[in-house]
Amino acid sequence: MADSHAVTHHSALAHHFDNMEQQREAGSLGMWVFLLTEIMFFGGAFTAYIVYRNLPSAPNKPSISEAFVAASNTLNVKLGLINTIILICSSLTMALAVYYAQTGVRRKQIIFLLLTMVLGTAFLVIKGFEYADKIKHHHIPGKQFEFAEPFQHQAQIFFTIYFAMTGLHALHMIIGIGILLVITWMAWRKRFSPEWHAPVELFGLYWHFVDIVWIFLFPLLYLLGYHLHSGGGH
Amino acid sequence: MSEKIVPKRVYFTIFGLLIGFTLLTVWVASRDWGAFNTIIALTIAVTKALLVALWFMHIKYSNRLTQLVVASGLFWLVIMVALTLFDYRTRSMGR
Repeated sequence: MADSHAVTHHSALAHHFDNMEQQREAGSLGMWVFLLTEIMFFGGAFTAYIVYRNLPSAPNKPSISEAFVAASNTLNVKLGLINTIILICSSLTMALAVYYAQTGVRRKQIIFLLLTMVLGTAFLVIKGFEYADKIKHHHIPGKQFEFAEPFQHQAQIFFTIYFAMTGLHALHMIIGIGILLVITWMAWRKRFSPEWHAPVELFGLYWHFVDIVWIFLFPLLYLLGYHLHSGGGH
Repeated sequence: MSEKIVPKRVYFTIFGLLIGFTLLTVWVASRDWGAFNTIIALTIAVTKALLVALWFMHIKYSNRLTQLVVASGLFWLVIMVALTLFDYRTRSMGR
């Protein structure tokens, strides 16, 4: 669309930048530095998961990695798969929202921002059903926890990690949808142009990052023992 | 020197690959590959993450500084996981 070469004094250019390109690159670098802190944050949780799965089992105690497989088998693979596909779709709609921000097609930009929000919400609703199912089956770690022996104790470790990691992930989704609301409103108010749409672009990075976290969570949490009952679910 | 606009076609291709790899990871998990189960699952997950990062997150089109910062972040993540495992995996040695 608009060929914006050599925009020397765009109204959105902050005075401490030489030009729009430098401003844009600085913004994206800053966002990435934030995302690196997020990588280390989730990385810590993944490290906990890896350590427990690799922990040598104590003599006469059931192995933790076998408990992980048994506990993983109680998760609903079908819902996990649907949610994975929903998140990938939402990444596509987000990428397209950024594309239409860059090309200045406001109507389509708003449509794809709304679609991203709808898909994000659908993910959370399905996650809610999964959590409700866990509550029903007493799979919440704590006094009420129930799990088939011999893994009564060890399975709690899996579910603690499961709730911590999917919970943190869901929290990121909720925050993301909140920010999406603001960005959509800004798009509605015609605040973005092909020259300046930093919030859309930088939020896109965040949204894709949350997608990547789920890309790892899905196989590591849901699929550990899927081969044991191929075809049948719980 | 405006920002690089990635064609929509690229996004749809990456999307197709991501869906394909997702179905592949479920299919692979439905069979037992013994000790390779986790390795296969992680290889697919890393591939998907790279697709998202390089194309959806525009790392492929970013400047060198951004690429270096992202790579160094992943390097630190590897240090955290690897050094932790050096500890835990060797604790029961010699008992």
